[in-house]
Amino acid sequence: MTPRAEGEKKGRDVRLMQGNEACAEGALAAGCRFFAGYPITPSSEIAEVLSLYLPRVGGNFIQMEDEIASIAAVIGASIAGVKSMTATSGPGFSLKQENIGFACMAEIPCVIIDVMRSGPSTGHPTGPSQADLMQTRWGTHGDHPMIVLVPSSVREVFSETIRAFNLAERFRTPVILLMDEILAHMREKVVIPDPAEYSVVDRLSPGGPKDKYLPYANDRDVSPLAAFGEGYRFHITGLYHDETGFPTGLPEQVRCQAERLIGKIERGAEEIRNVEQIVPEDQQGSLDTVVVAFGSTARAANHAVKEAWQRGKNVGFFRPVTIWPFPIRELGEFCRGVRRIIVPELSFGQLAGEVRKWIEPSSRLVPLNRVDALPISPEEILDRILEVD
Amino acid sequence: MAFDYEQYIRPSTFPHIWCPGCGNGIVVKALIRAIHKMGWSKDDVVVVSGIGCSSRTSGYLDFNTLHTTHGRAIAFATGIKIAKPRLHVIVVTGDGDALAIGGNHLIHAARRNMDLTVILFNNSIYAMTGGQYSPATPEGKMASTAPYGQVEPNFDIVRLTEGAGASFVARSTVYHAAQLEGYIAKALDREGFSLVEAVTQCPTVYGRRNRTPNPVTFLEHFKKDSVPREKAEKMTDEEREGKIITGIFVDHPRIGFIERYRKMSERASEVRKRRYIQGSGPKSEVGN
Repeated sequence: MTPRAEGEKKGRDVRLMQGNEACAEGALAAGCRFFAGYPITPSSEIAEVLSLYLPRVGGNFIQMEDEIASIAAVIGASIAGVKSMTATSGPGFSLKQENIGFACMAEIPCVIIDVMRSGPSTGHPTGPSQADLMQTRWGTHGDHPMIVLVPSSVREVFSETIRAFNLAERFRTPVILLMDEILAHMREKVVIPDPAEYSVVDRLSPGGPKDKYLPYANDRDVSPLAAFGEGYRFHITGLYHDETGFPTGLPEQVRCQAERLIGKIERGAEEIRNVEQIVPEDQQGSLDTVVVAFGSTARAANHAVKEAWQRGKNVGFFRPVTIWPFPIRELGEFCRGVRRIIVPELSFGQLAGEVRKWIEPSSRLVPLNRVDALPISPEEILDRILEVD
Repeated sequence: MAFDYEQYIRPSTFPHIWCPGCGNGIVVKALIRAIHKMGWSKDDVVVVSGIGCSSRTSGYLDFNTLHTTHGRAIAFATGIKIAKPRLHVIVVTGDGDALAIGGNHLIHAARRNMDLTVILFNNSIYAMTGGQYSPATPEGKMASTAPYGQVEPNFDIVRLTEGAGASFVARSTVYHAAQLEGYIAKALDREGFSLVEAVTQCPTVYGRRNRTPNPVTFLEHFKKDSVPREKAEKMTDEEREGKIITGIFVDHPRIGFIERYRKMSERASEVRKRRYIQGSGPKSEVGN
């Protein structure tokens, strides 16, 4: 937590802050003590805030020579036992993909913030977008697990950043916090919770004899991770490896590690998932329409759904807060028997495509796409809800 | 009594992947002897490597070892060193790994005088992938991607890292194993960024394409054509052509990054003491 001004009244810590600031504050609250980054709009404020506060709390900040070096240094710091994070936007996120895969493979906890801007390429650096959704899931090559969180308010950026660190430590994996330009730069009231009100998870440390330590044991999903310098002299590699961490090409050992890597997130999905579901208070029978949205678009969708209730429409609202692993079960149950599912998003339909995979064939999917680097308004979504079809 | 290398290796990881006649083993042995000379606990030594033949070194050594992505070893090592400054962090890398894909990290680690020691195995070729030309392949030499001879000039690694700001830079060859060991020990001892270029041979994919398939030919070349820096300074450019100039080229003690950052943090904390009070830390709970 950033220090408070001396003489300030004790009691509720209420602040007006932007999403990027809340992200930096959440990271400090979660115990992040290392940040490496590279300047890029619209995420730079995260680096700026952390360059100010990390040296004051015994942490380290470094601006690396490029995006690739930043994620590499973050993984290195985590291997030395320090909770670590980097922040970037589309072009930088593309550059980081290979080393994100390394962190998946070597099972090194770390947090990557991607503040989405319009793309591809340099795109529209100050325009919002939600088109990195699939890149967060499949950006690095090869089969791999991925945890991605998508907050939709400044307050939630704070709490989800803490959760990102907790999940990274719990599952020994990189976690991506996916924001967009609107959320990053919007200012909202945030009540900073007392440290007693949230929990902070630390990775398991190994016990037992140091020469018997297995950093990649097959008999459990997540093995304890020793920090370098604690007397467990083990090997870490991006190659397929055996239980000790040393490279292997034996098909049986490769299969074992590959299945465990994917399986640990599949089996932990219930613990990782987080969704918001809203239905009309006087709901009778099954819903007629459901609006599915995430991030800043979910704010407009939430507003539109409540407007529709005023007009007597039987509409539900479904918002993934954890988007990967995808809330398959929750979405399926919420949309059972629903006639129509509207999916507003700032892309050509990346979320809609995923939603289509998990809903009943009888439900009609209505995409609402905006790709001109402007947000979707509540009116646009309301019009679609009220559309006679 | 012969030096006991076994105390520093992981016997279960052998046999190693290197070809008969490869010079990498000589560099690794010199590195082991130099680390031994420092008297460090194995628990406090970290060896980080990238991708390539020489980068497989990390797995064979009984330290805290990290085999990273292609070119990025120095960047990973930077994170480790900053997070836990008491560790001795050594980067093992090759000419392709450090000079091409990792060139940016090399020059910036030298510029910020990051407290790392880089051992750069220079065999003039991408050996693991089958002999493609690297930024260290001399002009005119053959490679699998230079079937008519390399048209590009090669990097002078010493001048490159000196210009970028390294505190200590030296070059030796696998023929001069004792000298190489001495240079590595000096590099390990220095604060800030130190680099030793170890000129080594690849008879398999470089030698065979360049009419020197016999490893002994390489060692004879390293013996005959190596010139100490002091002597080379008196030679003309023409006389220096084709020579390997060995010696310590840079030895300028400078405060490293870690110490400079520590001082800055102290100043930043003073600001806090004057203007702020620190909140209590969050409650902690262990996962799994």
